[in-house]
Amino acid sequence: MKILKPFAAAAVIAALTSGGASAAELNYAFQGTLNALDPYSLNETFTLGSLGNTYEGLTRRGPDLAIQPALAESWEVVEPNRWRFHLRKGVKFHNGNDFTAEDVAFSAERVRSEGSDLTTRIGADVKVEIVDDYTVDFVLPGPNPILHYEWDTWYIMDKEWTEANSATKVTSASDTNPNYAALHANGTGPFKIESHEAGVRTVYTKNEDWWDKAEHNLDRVVFTPISSDATRIAALLSGELDMVYPVPVQDIKRVNDNAGTRALTGPELRTIFLGMDQKRDELLHSNVKGKNPFKDVRVRKAFYQAIDIEAIKDKVMRGLSTPSALMISPLLFSRSDEFERFPYDPDAAKALLAEAGYPDGFSVGMDCPNDRYVNDESICQTVAAFLARIGVKVDLNAQPKAKYFAKVLASGGYDTSFYLLGWTPGSFDSWNVLTNLHGCRDDSGAGGPFNLGGYCNPKVDELSAQILSENDPEKRDQLIYDAFKLTTEEVSHIPLHQQGLAWGVSEKVDLVQRADNQFHFRWVTKN
Amino acid sequence: MLAFSIRRLFQALLVMIVVALIAFTLFRFVGDPVNQMVGVETTPEQREALRERLGLNDAVIVQFARFILNAAQFDFGTSYQFKQPVAEMIGKRLPATLELSVVSAIFAVLVGIPMGVYTGLNRDSFLSKVFLSASLVGISLPTFFIGILLIFIFSVNLQWLPSFGRGEVVQIGWWSTGLLTWSGIKALVLPAITLGLFQMTLIMRLVRSEMLEVIRTDYIKFARARGLPNRTVNYRHALKNTLVPVITITGLQLGTIIAFAIITETVFQWPGMGLLFLQSVQNVDIPIMAAYLMLIAFLFVLINFVVDLLYFYVDPRLRTERAIK
Repeated sequence: MKILKPFAAAAVIAALTSGGASAAELNYAFQGTLNALDPYSLNETFTLGSLGNTYEGLTRRGPDLAIQPALAESWEVVEPNRWRFHLRKGVKFHNGNDFTAEDVAFSAERVRSEGSDLTTRIGADVKVEIVDDYTVDFVLPGPNPILHYEWDTWYIMDKEWTEANSATKVTSASDTNPNYAALHANGTGPFKIESHEAGVRTVYTKNEDWWDKAEHNLDRVVFTPISSDATRIAALLSGELDMVYPVPVQDIKRVNDNAGTRALTGPELRTIFLGMDQKRDELLHSNVKGKNPFKDVRVRKAFYQAIDIEAIKDKVMRGLSTPSALMISPLLFSRSDEFERFPYDPDAAKALLAEAGYPDGFSVGMDCPNDRYVNDESICQTVAAFLARIGVKVDLNAQPKAKYFAKVLASGGYDTSFYLLGWTPGSFDSWNVLTNLHGCRDDSGAGGPFNLGGYCNPKVDELSAQILSENDPEKRDQLIYDAFKLTTEEVSHIPLHQQGLAWGVSEKVDLVQRADNQFHFRWVTKN
Repeated sequence: MLAFSIRRLFQALLVMIVVALIAFTLFRFVGDPVNQMVGVETTPEQREALRERLGLNDAVIVQFARFILNAAQFDFGTSYQFKQPVAEMIGKRLPATLELSVVSAIFAVLVGIPMGVYTGLNRDSFLSKVFLSASLVGISLPTFFIGILLIFIFSVNLQWLPSFGRGEVVQIGWWSTGLLTWSGIKALVLPAITLGLFQMTLIMRLVRSEMLEVIRTDYIKFARARGLPNRTVNYRHALKNTLVPVITITGLQLGTIIAFAIITETVFQWPGMGLLFLQSVQNVDIPIMAAYLMLIAFLFVLINFVVDLLYFYVDPRLRTERAIK
């Protein structure tokens, strides 16, 4: 069942000495806050990663992101449309309740209910059938080889506990009464939540009765959100914290130079890319009237070739990025090495523009967030500078994510001509990228909700429909390859790079840095 | 006196409503809260449904009326991000901010007044010049920079004091205090200095100029002529008379300290209301922003009201003027 084999090894750090038996407490900080504890409230990496220490799914992912059995011991596809999961016996929730098939069926209903932000975990038309206490069948409307890809973050809740605390409804922001599940947690995972003060600190304690053998040596974990970069780094350097993330790229050297701390860096799964409005007949923000220059593939390719991605890597990202030829991380698609970036060539780009009828270039407005991705605004400024060299004048509109997303997403009417965006496929699979970012969409977003530029090629849509139901891995990869071949040739988007992730870690601590930027305590040892 | 109080109360209410209105208008420009509340893969339809449930599609005036009606009953709604009642969250954060503000105000007074007296009395001494130059730094350097500077000196290099947080807190009823534990007191030092530095220099300069003025007055000359010891003249007669404006300023500045704690709290990750507010601005958490702004407006109104009443009490001339009328 291991489909995701060819992962680059996640960074595993050599221990100084193996841990002592004394009570070990881990103190760490992240830039954002852990908000509600309800595992279905927010589909976001940090929240789900944190809750993954307390809750568990039927599956889980290892240090290299390979799918492993967790609450399900094994599973099989008994008929093409019927998946059977054999549940682990003897697992108890933190409150002592037994984990059974009832809990799985309950969680399946809850995660798909109104207010849940994780409705994509199980399709609405999937039926859940309880065979016996420890066997559950999922009956699908059609074959789906990646049914369980996101189930490592579909956490199983205790039916009895949730119902007893009248938290059956998912915590949603429109609730007027606080939901019990938003403030308390009752999972099966290696750590219990001892106290949670949202935005201040969260304390975890070791679950002595965890079903698996503990690899960690922690008794207690204290999480503090620290939003100020300087303070977060200072707290690590001074030894008050054992681990902080993210480390801003400009501070990596400092963390490494300091005795007792080091920066752990690696490629993240997120692809940063540029997109262009190819749907409207006239761009909203441009001096070209009556036509849309981005409908011409030569213009898109000219933009692509005008950007020196290596310069962005060296100067803007300080080496902490991996230039990308694809719209998905190379870690997530086995044949990604068969793709190459169009070379940086400003002369060719200028020639392409002239060929397309814009020898003197044109001007276009660009939308860019300034607090969402690593150095996002600087990337946009650099792109604008490169485009200026081929005569394209970019009017950059960089704003906070709250304003940026309100403008460029469906709710803002896709009000953008040229934009920068980042994407991590939640399912770790190409289909997610093909449908969300490349699918033909209408004005409301149906078809390809995050295809802001409205790129459309029916052939790609056809291929992604086949990819969705193809069970044979090899054939499936071929279909994915074909689809990406088409979109790359047509320059549907301009992929820039895989953003890097950087954690600051004390020498006393040993941990696993996973490429999805989730931090799991179960691999941490502290001396 | 009663009529005066009632009139002021009425004015205060008006101020609060205007603040609410301005705040509400501003919220239209901070961005879309829905995008901060859901993950990237949430479909446009689900986002729209959420927007509808939150009442964000209603006209601004309807939203405003709803807010005022609820606020009048002390119901500030539920935070978009934390899914907890806003009133409860702010209540939990209030002690942290108040403790920090009061301690830094005390620091500003206890350090600022002696420095002001000293520089006023010994105008040309070397130490006075050092104090004055230092106070320039305190006035001109931005708070966040001072905070980071202190962290790097005292936390990273010397490792004497913690760089973030409140340390261990003790719960007394609903009030959480860091003043009863050693780690709590240690954690308070740097933020209190950072927050109080500006007020300290302000008070010092104020006391200094008042002292310079008072020392020249006739009654001080007479006091010296009477042969009173310097100590008595300087502290009993001169200082006492400089304190009236100092008390006014300090009182009014307390409101500013609480409001300006936002920056200090962010630098030191001090779990107070200011930090909560800044987090909520980033996440467009309108219920928290609205409640916080209302609370700060209320604090200002309250402090001004108390100061007005104190004036009435302290300054006999105010009372006699009224009596004559």
